[in-house]
Amino acid sequence: MIEMQEVYKKYPNGVSAINGIDVRINQGEFVYVVGPSGAGKSTFIKMMYREEVPTSGTITLNGVNVAKLKNTKVPQFRRQLGVVFQDFKLLPTLTVYENVAFALEVIEAQPKYIKKRVMEVLDLVNLKHKARMLPTELSGGEQQRVSIARSIVNSPKVVIADEPTGNLDPDTSWEIMKIFEEINNRGTTVVMATHNKEIVNTIKHRVIAIEGGKIARDEQRGEYGYEN
Amino acid sequence: MPVMNKEVNTVMKIRTLGRHARESLKSISRNGWMTFASVSAVTITLILVGVFVVIMMNLNRVAETIEEDVQIRVHIDVAATEQDQTALKDSIQNMPEVGSVKFSSKEEELNNLVKSMGEEGKAFKLFEQDNPLNDVFIVKTKKPTDTMDAAKKIEKLNFVSKVNYGEGKVEKLFKFIKASRNVGIVLIVGLFFTAIFLISNTIKITIIARRREIKIMRLVGATNGFIRWPFLLEGLWLGILGAVLPIILISIAYYRAYDYLGPKLQGTFIRVLPFDPFMYQVSGILLLMGALIGIWGSVMSVRKFLKV
Repeated sequence: MIEMQEVYKKYPNGVSAINGIDVRINQGEFVYVVGPSGAGKSTFIKMMYREEVPTSGTITLNGVNVAKLKNTKVPQFRRQLGVVFQDFKLLPTLTVYENVAFALEVIEAQPKYIKKRVMEVLDLVNLKHKARMLPTELSGGEQQRVSIARSIVNSPKVVIADEPTGNLDPDTSWEIMKIFEEINNRGTTVVMATHNKEIVNTIKHRVIAIEGGKIARDEQRGEYGYEN
Repeated sequence: MPVMNKEVNTVMKIRTLGRHARESLKSISRNGWMTFASVSAVTITLILVGVFVVIMMNLNRVAETIEEDVQIRVHIDVAATEQDQTALKDSIQNMPEVGSVKFSSKEEELNNLVKSMGEEGKAFKLFEQDNPLNDVFIVKTKKPTDTMDAAKKIEKLNFVSKVNYGEGKVEKLFKFIKASRNVGIVLIVGLFFTAIFLISNTIKITIIARRREIKIMRLVGATNGFIRWPFLLEGLWLGILGAVLPIILISIAYYRAYDYLGPKLQGTFIRVLPFDPFMYQVSGILLLMGALIGIWGSVMSVRKFLKV
C-alpha cells in the first residue's frame, strides 16, 4: 500500500513541483499517472522510491515512512520495490543474465538462488534464450524487458515505472504492457507514469492525473484525457 | 528479516569480497594510463622514501657509534690539591646532565698516549720523569647532545685548566644529521601527498566512469559499503603495485652497496647496517606506506563522490 498525506515538494531553485497531494493506492492496484509535461508527474514518482524527499507531508510505502527515511535505510527500502525507466538503465558491459543477476548480487543472495531466480524472471519476460547477449545486441523492447526482469527479480510488492514505453514503438509497447499486466495479476502493485493515450484508454485501470502539482482527476477505469 | 539483513551487512561474505576484488582488478586494467600514472607516482615516492630511510638509518647508526665515544676530558689544574680534586669531582657529578665521572691520573694519561702512538710513542717515555700532562676527569653525559652544555659549565669551575670534547666536530655532525632529517621529512611528506592526490584522481575517474553503474546499484538497493569496497581495494592495489619496484630496486642497490662498502669500512668508526634484517624492515615499511597511500587516496575521492 502506498499513501501520501499533504505532500509538498519545493525544489531548492524555488520551483514548487508538488502542491499538496493526498492519495492512497492499495496493494495489487494498477495505477496510471498521467498529466502534461512539467506538471509534477516525475517528482510524484520519484518521491515514491525516495529519489526525491518531500518538503513536507508523509509518504508511506509498505509501512515505511519514506519522507523520514534515513539515508542509511534507503538501500533496505529500495530492495522492497522495483523501478523501471524510460531509458532502461542497463549496464552495457554485462550480459542480459548478469544485468538481472546484478540486483541479487548487490543484496548478497545465494548463488544457487540467483541462478534459479534469474532464469525464472527471464522466462517470464520471454528472454531466456537471449540470456548471454549484451544489451546492445537487443532491440529497445527487449532491453526494456530485461530492465523489467531486473525490477521484479527481488519479488517486490510494488513496481514503479517512469514512462516505460516512452522510447518504444507501439507494437513493442503493447508487449511491454502485457508483461506489466502479468506482474500485476500476480498481486504486485504497479504505478506507471505514461504519455501513451492508446494504452491508458485501452487497458483500463485507475488513472491519476496530475496538473500543477495537484491531483486533477482520480478515476477508476479512467481515460487518458489529454490530446497527444 | 531486518535482523538477518543486518548480519549480512556487518559480516561480509567471502564471496562478496571476491566479487569486490574482481571488480577492483577489472577497473585497474580498464583505467590503463591513469593506473600507470598513479602507480608511477607511488613508485617514485617510495623509491625516494626508501633511499632516504636507508641513508637516515645508517647515518643514525654512525651517529650512535660516535655518540657513544663522545666524552669530555677535564684537565685538572696542577695546583689543585687532592681535596680540591674531590670537590671538583663532586660538583661535576652533581650536574644533572652528567652520567659518569672517571679519574685518570697523568701517569695513566701518558701510558695511553704512548700506547696510542705505537712505535713512535716510545720517545714519549722520556717524559716519565717529568710528566707535563695533567690529571684528567673523563666525563660522560647521560645524553650525548648535552655534551656541549655540560662542557661549558665545567669550564667555569675552579681548578679546571682546560676542557676538551672534540668541539665543533660533534656539533657539526649532530647539526648535519638533524638538518638532513628535516629536509628529508619535508620532501617525503610532499611526495606522499602528491601520490595520494594522484591516486585519488585515478579513483575519481573510475567513479565517474562508473557513475551509471553506481546509480543502478543504488536503485536496486546496494548499500554504500557495498558500493565503496571495490574502490578502496583498487586504491590498495595501486599502492601495493607502486611499492613493488622500489622494494626490488632498493634491495638490490643496498645489497651491492653493502658488499662493496662493507670491507672498505672495516676498522673505521662507520658501521653500515647489515642487509638482514635491515632490508626486510625497509621493505615492510615501503609496502605499508604504499598500502596506506593507496587506501588514503581512494578514501578521499570515495568520500567526496559517494555522498548519499
